[in-house]
Amino acid sequence: MIQVIDLHKSFNGQAVLDGINLEIPTGKITVVIGKSGVGKSVLLKHLIGLLKPDRGQVLVDGLDITKLKGRKLQDLKKRFAVLFQGGALFDSLNVFENIAFPLREKARLPEGEIVRRVHERLEQMNLSLEVGHKYPDELSGGMKKRVALARAMIQEPEIILFDEPVTGLDPPMSNTVFHLIKKTHAVSNYTALVVAHDIPEVFQIADVVAMLHRGRIIACCGPEEIQRHSDPVVQSFIRGEPDFLEA
Amino acid sequence: MVAFIKLLGRGVLNWVRETGRIQLFLLQGLALAFVPPFRPRRVLQEINQIGVRSTLIILLTALFTGMVLGLQGYYTLRKYGSEGALGAAVALSLIREMGPVLTALMVSARAGSAVTAEVGIMRITEQLDALDTMAVNPLQYVVMPKLLAGLIAVPLLTAIFDVVGILGGYLIGVVLLGVSSGSYFSGMVQSVEPLDINGGIVKSLVFGLTIILVASFKGYHTEHGAEGVSRATNQTVVLSAVLVLAWDYILTSFFM
Repeated sequence: MIQVIDLHKSFNGQAVLDGINLEIPTGKITVVIGKSGVGKSVLLKHLIGLLKPDRGQVLVDGLDITKLKGRKLQDLKKRFAVLFQGGALFDSLNVFENIAFPLREKARLPEGEIVRRVHERLEQMNLSLEVGHKYPDELSGGMKKRVALARAMIQEPEIILFDEPVTGLDPPMSNTVFHLIKKTHAVSNYTALVVAHDIPEVFQIADVVAMLHRGRIIACCGPEEIQRHSDPVVQSFIRGEPDFLEA
Repeated sequence: MVAFIKLLGRGVLNWVRETGRIQLFLLQGLALAFVPPFRPRRVLQEINQIGVRSTLIILLTALFTGMVLGLQGYYTLRKYGSEGALGAAVALSLIREMGPVLTALMVSARAGSAVTAEVGIMRITEQLDALDTMAVNPLQYVVMPKLLAGLIAVPLLTAIFDVVGILGGYLIGVVLLGVSSGSYFSGMVQSVEPLDINGGIVKSLVFGLTIILVASFKGYHTEHGAEGVSRATNQTVVLSAVLVLAWDYILTSFFM
């Protein structure tokens, strides 16, 4: 389980996270929703140690990632994978090399086994083996996301963080990516945190939905419960109403 | 007046902070060369990017620099009846000063800007973060091979510059203007001392490290998207050129 306890983070004096408390249960898909710019990606980056908080803790099975350094931090990071918003595929490597990268760096497997695993992931993501020869700038947005998901999945991590996995995709491709997340989760049962604002699609994949607003989690419950939540901010966001509450 | 002092103080503090950060960046980058995995393949790739791909522009610059030195040197020395010293003048100018400095400036313009753009784009597209999340140290994977490549490639390019420049001077002085081939080379052999060559090597090592350090640092700390990459690239070319010239003065005074 990942526990976020009283997490604070400011940038240039402006509080982005203002006392976040959140529990991310093992083996479940937790979705964090909230408006653009509210700090969802900032929260995600704290979970894997890319950002250091001003105050607070992020406990991964009891280990505080905000305090870890060196080898211990590296070992903890090996349990994670991240699907970045833009995919973060390496420009200088082709698709095959991108997906194989974590295995070549960390797993020390024979080349035949690496090829087998990469091909398996390409097929799982409904990508042809020929795509493996292409470079990231030759791929469509949806293909990039699927390649990035394949790379994230290749080492079968315990925890995967998804940073707005369908931003910029058309509705059919968004559904495809959500479907792939659901499918791979059903097979591997990893712990997932998905940062998104795609309502109602995220409810199809979520076990838990948390809403981030003004630096705090204002609601955290199942997808059905959150749709019936009494907080007007939650209801306004879910219904996609104009932002009159902010005025 | 108080506002001016505040502004000055802030400027000095920022300069001290930035200098400290760049020194730590250098120490971390170089220290990681001694920590496994050693990544010789990545170092070779970077030598190709920084060194091999700069060869053509170095050859052209060196040839024309040598030709200009041959021409200017010949007409200056002829006034004193010392045309025979042309080889020595061309060789000393190139080995001690112009070879290391012009090589560094050309590498800075071609490879330094490319390094900043590459690393800056990796930063803004979260590729460096992606490395970090895979438990791969981005400094070790991206920056360390570039620093080592700068240390290896720039002295080699400087040596090429010196040799081609001397040949350029030969073309003009001997082939075109009729200076004796024997005096061109014998003057060179008699006047160039080991200290001159060592000075040139030390300069090229320092310049190579400085250019790639500035380029990597600026790229690694790029912010604000494409405009930030553009600004960082511009800063790299300007700052590394100024630092090369400043280092040149310091090292020249040391080796005199």
